[in-house]
Amino acid sequence: MSASSLGYNEQGGEAATEQGQEATPTTAPSVPAAFGLFSSDTKKNEDLKQMLESNKDSAKLDAMKRIVGMIAKGKNASELFPAVVKNVASKNIEIKKLVYVYLMRYAEEQQDLALLSISTFQRALKDPNQLIRASALRVLSSIRVPIIVPIMMLAIKEASADLSPYVRKNAAHAIQKLYSLDPEQKEMLIEVIEKLLKDKSTLVAGSVVMAFEEVCPDRIDLIHKNYRKLCNLLVDVEEWGQVVIIHMLTRYARTQFVSPWKEDGVLEEDNEKDFYESDEEQKEKDQKVKKPYAMDPDHRLLIRNTKPLLQSRNAAVVMAVAQLYWHLAPKSEAGIVSKSLVRLLRSNREVQYIVLQNIATMSIQRKGMFEPYLKSFYVRSTDPTMIKTSKLEILTNLANEANISTLLREFQTYVKSQDKQFAAATIQAIGRCATNISEVTDTCLNGLVCLLSNRDEIVVAESVVVIKKLLQTQPAHHGEIIKHMAKLLDTITVPVARASILWLIGEYCERVPKIAPDVLRKMAKSFTNEDDLVKLQILNLGAKLYLTNSKQTKLLTQYILNLGKYDQSYDIRDRTRFIRQLIVPNEKSGALSKYAKKIFLAQKPAPLLESPFKDRDRFQLGTLSHTLNTKAIGYLELSNWPEVAPDPSVRNVEVIELGKEWSVALGKAKKEKPTEKFYSDSEEEESASTTDTESESTSESEKEKNGKEEGSSMENSESSSEELSDSESESKEGSAKKKFKTTEESDSDDTEKKTKMISKKRESSGSSDSESSSTEESSSDSESESDSESDAESRKHKNAIASKVSSPIFVPMKTHELLHRMSGKGLAAHYHFSRQPCIYGNQMVSVQVTLTNTTDQKLENIHVGERKLPAGMKMHVFNPIEFLEPEESITVSMGIDFCDSTQTASFQLCTKEDHFNVNIQPPVGELLLPVTMSEKDFKTEQGMLTGMNETSTTITVAPQNSTRLVLLEKVVKAANLGVVPSGQDNIHRFSAKTVHSGSLMLVTVELKEGSTAQLIINTEKTVIGSILLRELKPVLSQG
Amino acid sequence: MIHSLFLINCSGDIFLEKHWKSVVSQSVCDYFFEAQEKAADVENVPPVISTPHHYLISIYREKIFFVSVIQTEVPPLFVIEFLHRVADTFQDYFGECSETAIKDNVVIVYELLEEMLDNGFPLATESNILKELIKPPTILRSVVNSITGSSNMGETLPTGQLSNIPWRRAVVKYTNNEAYFDVIEEIDAIIDKSGSTVFAEIQGVIDSCIKLSGMPDLSLSFMNPRLLDDVSFHPCIRFKRWESERVLSFIPPDGNFRLISYRVSSQNLVAIPVYVKHIISFKENSSSGRFDVTIGPKQNMGKTVEGVIVTVHMPKAVLNMNLTSTQGSYTFDPVLKVLTWDIGKITPQKLPNLKGIVNLQSGAPKPEENPSLNVQFKIQQLAISGLKVNRLDMFGEKYKPFKGVKYITKAGKFQVRT
Repeated sequence: MSASSLGYNEQGGEAATEQGQEATPTTAPSVPAAFGLFSSDTKKNEDLKQMLESNKDSAKLDAMKRIVGMIAKGKNASELFPAVVKNVASKNIEIKKLVYVYLMRYAEEQQDLALLSISTFQRALKDPNQLIRASALRVLSSIRVPIIVPIMMLAIKEASADLSPYVRKNAAHAIQKLYSLDPEQKEMLIEVIEKLLKDKSTLVAGSVVMAFEEVCPDRIDLIHKNYRKLCNLLVDVEEWGQVVIIHMLTRYARTQFVSPWKEDGVLEEDNEKDFYESDEEQKEKDQKVKKPYAMDPDHRLLIRNTKPLLQSRNAAVVMAVAQLYWHLAPKSEAGIVSKSLVRLLRSNREVQYIVLQNIATMSIQRKGMFEPYLKSFYVRSTDPTMIKTSKLEILTNLANEANISTLLREFQTYVKSQDKQFAAATIQAIGRCATNISEVTDTCLNGLVCLLSNRDEIVVAESVVVIKKLLQTQPAHHGEIIKHMAKLLDTITVPVARASILWLIGEYCERVPKIAPDVLRKMAKSFTNEDDLVKLQILNLGAKLYLTNSKQTKLLTQYILNLGKYDQSYDIRDRTRFIRQLIVPNEKSGALSKYAKKIFLAQKPAPLLESPFKDRDRFQLGTLSHTLNTKAIGYLELSNWPEVAPDPSVRNVEVIELGKEWSVALGKAKKEKPTEKFYSDSEEEESASTTDTESESTSESEKEKNGKEEGSSMENSESSSEELSDSESESKEGSAKKKFKTTEESDSDDTEKKTKMISKKRESSGSSDSESSSTEESSSDSESESDSESDAESRKHKNAIASKVSSPIFVPMKTHELLHRMSGKGLAAHYHFSRQPCIYGNQMVSVQVTLTNTTDQKLENIHVGERKLPAGMKMHVFNPIEFLEPEESITVSMGIDFCDSTQTASFQLCTKEDHFNVNIQPPVGELLLPVTMSEKDFKTEQGMLTGMNETSTTITVAPQNSTRLVLLEKVVKAANLGVVPSGQDNIHRFSAKTVHSGSLMLVTVELKEGSTAQLIINTEKTVIGSILLRELKPVLSQG
Repeated sequence: MIHSLFLINCSGDIFLEKHWKSVVSQSVCDYFFEAQEKAADVENVPPVISTPHHYLISIYREKIFFVSVIQTEVPPLFVIEFLHRVADTFQDYFGECSETAIKDNVVIVYELLEEMLDNGFPLATESNILKELIKPPTILRSVVNSITGSSNMGETLPTGQLSNIPWRRAVVKYTNNEAYFDVIEEIDAIIDKSGSTVFAEIQGVIDSCIKLSGMPDLSLSFMNPRLLDDVSFHPCIRFKRWESERVLSFIPPDGNFRLISYRVSSQNLVAIPVYVKHIISFKENSSSGRFDVTIGPKQNMGKTVEGVIVTVHMPKAVLNMNLTSTQGSYTFDPVLKVLTWDIGKITPQKLPNLKGIVNLQSGAPKPEENPSLNVQFKIQQLAISGLKVNRLDMFGEKYKPFKGVKYITKAGKFQVRT
């Protein structure tokens, strides 16, 4: 452990082995300095085993720490497995965690022993602490023992329905682990994925999409229904999840929407057309004249909702958005990403490298995007070479007539760089500019020729190669340069350059008739010492001269061919044989030799100097494959745009019914599956048909919320509140209205936001009340507007946290009959309580009424007629319904202020012809709104509500109700209560407020021995309290 | 996604390995070593390397290579960004991200890595969440732990993990409530031989140190927000509010963090606060050269330019330098061929000058290019772009916080070509 112990080792290595057996027992396990005594691994491990078996936690912890140290260094600690695995159930959380670390590392190797630990995890999966449940699942799924696949499957299924989103997130991770362990579970896992995709927690979204990408990326159909939700949640998902989701949505959008590029494609340069538009698309473009392109609103939604993420601090997110815009956005809009990408160039070297590569690919196709940022790509002498070359690549791509002179000046500096590799690359770049921009070809060529006298060989060689390519484009007037280069052969040694010069001379030997044979003569002399590359060119030159000037060179060529015949390289021997047969006429050579001249001296097309990034656009930007320019394992192809968009209605979510929305939102109290079951029989046409038009506004308002702009939305909406007559505070009402719209329209939502909203509501009602509900919600004086707003907001945050932490429980909603179809002459009406703060007034209970037309005729003008309400009660009715088609149903919402009593609200439900008297009587449980608070707050509040305010009773609890989950569910089902996290297993606490007055309602269920329980209710509203008590009694005692 | 992680020091020892899936043998790093050898310079090791069965994505930080092993397609920036986040976390926990710090705290490092990734996918990367799960090591705590037997591990899920403001801890209490903002601007510039500006740009950041109790909701407004051309935000900032009102509204994380980074629009001309006069020449066929550099202030808005350091990467052929400086001290590293001239404060009355003779290797050809000068400087109490914080308001809490804003301008990548 320390220097001293090391020293000990050196001296006593052997001694230690001998005395090991005796020494072990005497060594105090808690003295770390003694470890050094045992130099050999086995002895050391003996010692560790001892420590692990001791009954002191500190010794165990020390041992585990050392074992982890061994693992970290890559040393083998597998033989300690039995000793370590015993501690898996340790009470000490740190030991436990370290044992987990060990298990994950070695369980795969020691499968049998690993099984010993399984039961511990299974137990931990049921732990009330979500962190423990989650980590148990993590380890269980990470130990990679095939035998436990069924157990894992079961655990995943259970965890995916867990109440804690954190556990569900871990379940999503476990899916991938199980899939890699046993791909045969795929079908079952897809089911879990499908379920988790519906999850509305931002925490889960990223992980489940990751699992989707890994397990079933081709099941695009699973995304349809969740598409809009994912788009809307995106801003609030954690950054890593954002990257994954954006990549997945990019792929999705490419299969579902038509290309937005056609319209402006006409205006684009031709080369872009080549890349992106196939023939059919061309055809379609022609058709398009008749039918103008309109972007699918969902397509727009994605593009709009990703835009704010360009401002992310995470480079991966920015890049993901950039590639999304590149692949999906209309070309005119893609420009906005360049600014953000250029920003990333300030980041560290690795990020720069990847970003520059992507910019390079982009800049080939759409120069315009990065032209304004040309100077940002200027090279600094301190940049690493790989950054320099990428920048150079981009500069070259961006070169055009307007900026080429500035660029060439810049390049001049680069050519002189001490970094020769970079200087060589610059020369290549100059060559490319010269071929691409004809105005500067001559200037560049002159510049390059000057470089031929450079001292550095690499520079010269590179210049030669580039000049060679340039000359090929216009060989007519460059005899001088060729001569100059011929002279270089004496000095230059770089093979590529020599080969290039020889090739040039051979190719244009007729232009330099005097020099060429002389060069050949020199080369013949040095043939044996040349590089293979050069030898081949010498043979080439010889052959060409033989054909054009055989008088002078015949012998020379034959000499060279003889040398080549016995060369070591088979390539050269081959080439020699081939050339000899071709050019030297003999009896065997057939018809071909007649064409030798044509073959050798054919007009060759000038080479195209292209960017090495030219073909990279076949890969999706920002991917590993793009960086490597080869297809990486697991790369998912980006499909071409479909010609005709698939049915967009698949993305409509069936039930956009208020009830469901609200209920899911409420304090996160419900899971969706049962909710859906409940509603599945009342799917509504109305919502489906309207979503298309709505989605624009949905995202609008969604974004507003995402921006967490409570304050501004409040101000904005002040004007929109005229229609609401019975509002007390206009601005509040207005914001509520706005909120309502948002929720109603969006098919997906983040529950937290809702909670916030709820708490806001409560807050506002609370402020009118004298009593403050909890410490966090301590009274606020709302004098200055801004102050109170932000107050409310911060409080909302608190509440959001709190409500998240408390375990939410699903509540199936019970419907009550309002009007039977027989008595309603075919008009049937049901109602249920949505358990949401009412949007029409703070003191109202929100009621959802579903009207169904069971006749075969249209029912017209359905409205609420005369109302008979007890004193003080208020009612906000729904807007008249113009007509209801046969077999159709519609859900409307009403607000009723019951004044915290269970009195009946009677009113008339009218159609054009008839009117029916109906009643709504609220169960006491529906007169409440859940409040989230901590256990501590609960106790303080409870302490203040004793004496008269407390009612209690002892009840017998049915045995099946005694488990926590069942009990919570039962209670919350019966009354709209919020669950308070409880430290004790046998005490369950619930809290709520009455809707009208905002009085606190605290419910405690204390399970006692012998299936009895104490039920206590503390509230100022003793009447309601006692009714509630009465109602809860049977709930718990019956099965 | 991320399969394994290897930490490798400069001498090529793998001193830590961590696997999130099946174990990948250390031998995979051989491909990395190969690439490293080829690159010669650490800076030039390619961040992405392809091997027959794996892909290696690496970053280089504080003399340590973080080499991650990837098996399937993944956005490379995702991994790079994550690795940097890991390094940041080490820095945050141990005060430095060095080999010794990591080795000394190997257990905490391991626990951190375990929490940060699950099956290769990031799980918790927010520093305040991690700190609730695994407490950073302090001497006091280790003493207390050894006595009381309590552990460094949090036993409950940090509240931040589930909230929609994961960056803030739930219960924060300070006796002195303070909020400090440092507006730091850096000038990136390339100045050519003749002294004219080839390229100049201002990049700025606002680093904050917020020690406020409870759940404060802050809004920060600028006198001239239009200056900010491109901005990237800490996740706490409400984007919408910025879009509509150009106000930074946020519930801050606790402690030190970077609030925004921005670029000042390139339309604005950048004032260059210093000028450099230089004569550097190498004589043909002789083994010496001349070096004469003077630096002076310009356009510095009446503020002093301080902390001036000039570094020059001399050509390979330079053996050593005999110079005299009128101010500050200089050193020349004959191995790396780096000349560093630490000047300090510039006083306009007497401009600092460094001149003398450069000795070249005899026989070596005259270096073709003059080296470029990298200049560092600092100007206190000035944001060169003219950006000014207008006001900071706090909502949501009752107390009066102490607020402070500091401006500073620095040289970023400031290079003078000669």
